[in-house]
Amino acid sequence: MRIPLSALIGLVMTGLFVLSAVFAPWIAPYPIDAAVGKVWEGPSSQYWLGTDTIGRDILSRLIYGGSVTIFVALSSSLLSFGMGAFFGFLAATRGGWIDTGLSRIVDLMMAVPSLIVALVVLSVLPLNLTVLILVMGVLDSTRVFRLSRAVAADIAVMDYVEAAKLRGEKQGWIIFREILPNAMSPLVAEFGMRFIFAVLFISTLSFLGLGIQPPLSDWGGMVRENKDGLVYGKAAALMPALAIAVLAISVNLVADWILQRTSSLKGGRGG
Amino acid sequence: MADLLTIKNLRIEATAYPPGEAPRHLVLVDGVSVSVQKGRVLGLIGESGAGKSTIGLAALSYGRGGVRLTGGQVLLNGRDIRAEGAAGLRALRGREVTYVAQSAAAAFNPAKRLMAQVIETSLLHKLMTKEQAEVRAIELFAKLGLPNPETFGRRYPHQVSGGQLQRAMTAMALCPKPDLVIFDEPTTALDVTTQIDVLAAIKEAIRDTGVAAIYITHDLAVVAQVADDILVLRHGKAVEYGATDQIISTPVQDYTQALVSVRRIDHAEKSDAAPILRVQGITARYRGTDFDVLQSITVDVAAGQTLAIVGESGSGKSTLARVITGLLPARSGQITFDGRTLSPDLANRSKDDLRQVQMIYQMADTAMNPRQTVGTIIGRPLEFYFGLKGEAKRARVQELLDQIEMGAGFENRYPAELSGGQKQRVCIARALAAKPKLILCDEVTSALDPLVADGILKLLLNLQAQEGVAYVFITHDLATVKAIADKIAVMYRGKVVRYGQKSDVLAPPFDDYTDLLLSSVPEMKTGWLESVLKTRKMESAGN
Repeated sequence: MRIPLSALIGLVMTGLFVLSAVFAPWIAPYPIDAAVGKVWEGPSSQYWLGTDTIGRDILSRLIYGGSVTIFVALSSSLLSFGMGAFFGFLAATRGGWIDTGLSRIVDLMMAVPSLIVALVVLSVLPLNLTVLILVMGVLDSTRVFRLSRAVAADIAVMDYVEAAKLRGEKQGWIIFREILPNAMSPLVAEFGMRFIFAVLFISTLSFLGLGIQPPLSDWGGMVRENKDGLVYGKAAALMPALAIAVLAISVNLVADWILQRTSSLKGGRGG
Repeated sequence: MADLLTIKNLRIEATAYPPGEAPRHLVLVDGVSVSVQKGRVLGLIGESGAGKSTIGLAALSYGRGGVRLTGGQVLLNGRDIRAEGAAGLRALRGREVTYVAQSAAAAFNPAKRLMAQVIETSLLHKLMTKEQAEVRAIELFAKLGLPNPETFGRRYPHQVSGGQLQRAMTAMALCPKPDLVIFDEPTTALDVTTQIDVLAAIKEAIRDTGVAAIYITHDLAVVAQVADDILVLRHGKAVEYGATDQIISTPVQDYTQALVSVRRIDHAEKSDAAPILRVQGITARYRGTDFDVLQSITVDVAAGQTLAIVGESGSGKSTLARVITGLLPARSGQITFDGRTLSPDLANRSKDDLRQVQMIYQMADTAMNPRQTVGTIIGRPLEFYFGLKGEAKRARVQELLDQIEMGAGFENRYPAELSGGQKQRVCIARALAAKPKLILCDEVTSALDPLVADGILKLLLNLQAQEGVAYVFITHDLATVKAIADKIAVMYRGKVVRYGQKSDVLAPPFDDYTDLLLSSVPEMKTGWLESVLKTRKMESAGN
């Protein structure tokens, strides 16, 4: 199997981000919250990406922040996937009032912009990582629900699913052995997309001050801390912004490649 | 007479891009030469993948996605159209040569009225004014036997039947007064009773307009009715080329002989026996409708014998199968299996009841999970019903594979790696694995090439003799019925109109519908079409 260049770049970059997030304490040249230099120093051999608004090393904070951002985004997308796919498959295979009920609830949730819902909910609830992940996961699960319901509905009408029902198979076999393997590729690609949205979402929330709270830091929060520097021509705020963009593009490249390899939902060995 | 179209040594190649594999280079058509004279009809015949449609489209110098015409000449009116540029081809397509596709329902734009689509090419090529074109279209509608030709064009595609749509497309092809029309399986998707009308209409239109035509089909009996010459194709190569009479009556090549003698399986009917399945007074409708698609159906299936259910699309044949399996619970009536009453709803049936009644589908492609191997597909019923595991299961799977005449080496293959006939055999093995007393076969041979279908029918007959399994065989094809049935039920609009032992049902006197159905099956002889049209009592429902 040949991997196209774009996918290779995506895979390598995503891998680097994940590795640096996991091994942050060993890689980061300075501690996360120590003011080691002067305020807003430019990039130098000592501080590769310069220092921030109170003189902390930006590279170190990026590495530590990345681990928080990626952890929160990954957890919330796993949650949204678990919920969305479970209810989506349930709606598609059961149909009837279960399908109607779930679909209308999702319609209702999607009718209100998720950022607004998140802002309202987070301003009421205590701000900690668990709440953040739960809120983001539930809000995002509506989109996963839509996709998995559509994909599963396509597959659920295939004769082989009917044949399984006629054989007397239980719901579990039908969902996990007949439908899921055929729905995997679009769902995996969608997982990449959801992950990116989660990264953007948590960054937005942190930028607005409702996301990750100090002493923890994440990329959105770093943009917020350093945004005033932009007025004085200091690039500190651009570093975390760039990190968000590069991660989003890298994961996107991988997701694209996975989706491309799926020739069709219904046929073929699926490479 | 000078040739209108001459194809010399045509070679057509393509590159396939299977996902996740290296691209493969294929030769679709190799060294085919053929010619068509003005006012004559050439029939192209062969099984799927023989290159029929590819050659037909080559007469437009067109190759479907990734298909390239790489060698030989396509001479239309004396000039080589392979050498034409894009502008030349544009001027030629839809004007000198036109095309009638297999599925009219998919080929028409659902958002436009029929008239606008029928005259579109004539206007695009500035052959006539809108008024002239509409007059010509109405003439053609009348000639093709469409109802109310004056107003027919005002309808949308969904407002007319499949047979009428196919004739509307023929009108579209004939409207710009082309030199050559390519008919690509124009009647294959139609019911047998509708096919005969469309066939007659096409034949008459060809004769009256003096146009030359290429008629592509996999059904030799159909092409015998319309073609003057026939070219038999196989694997992209010409097998035999000659006048229709010669091909039908004295075929030279083995392959042609096989095609001519297809559908002649003889099956002596067994005498009536105690029923394994009794369907009594079944009435059923689909959820959300207020129309009974089945109206008090009563039939019996004798143990170890075959009940064939025949009828055209929409007659309720497949719905009856769904009611028997419990997928669609009946509103009233009773189903008795092996002496006990079956619950109308699938969910309330015991595992053993489910095991005893198995089903085989028309499209083997969609009846098998593409992500499961043949071993898993056949092995699952063994595991599910009999708890077989490991070596015992593997051995039984192999035994079943032997029974369906496929042998070793298929266990680890995926459905995509099987041919059409092999796929259907695996589906048969899956049904057989449950050791059922009854198998419902829903149009199991309809999607297969004639020779392959014959093989499947023979296999089913052998299995019945070995295992004593009973079949409910649903089909629209009477040749299949003759080959396999012991009893026959003829269905029409949700009712059984004729029912009994095969010899009784197929012997006169007939009711009107059975007569229509029986007389509509094309016979392998020239002149059949005309003789049938003269003696028919009833018009088809699609008209």
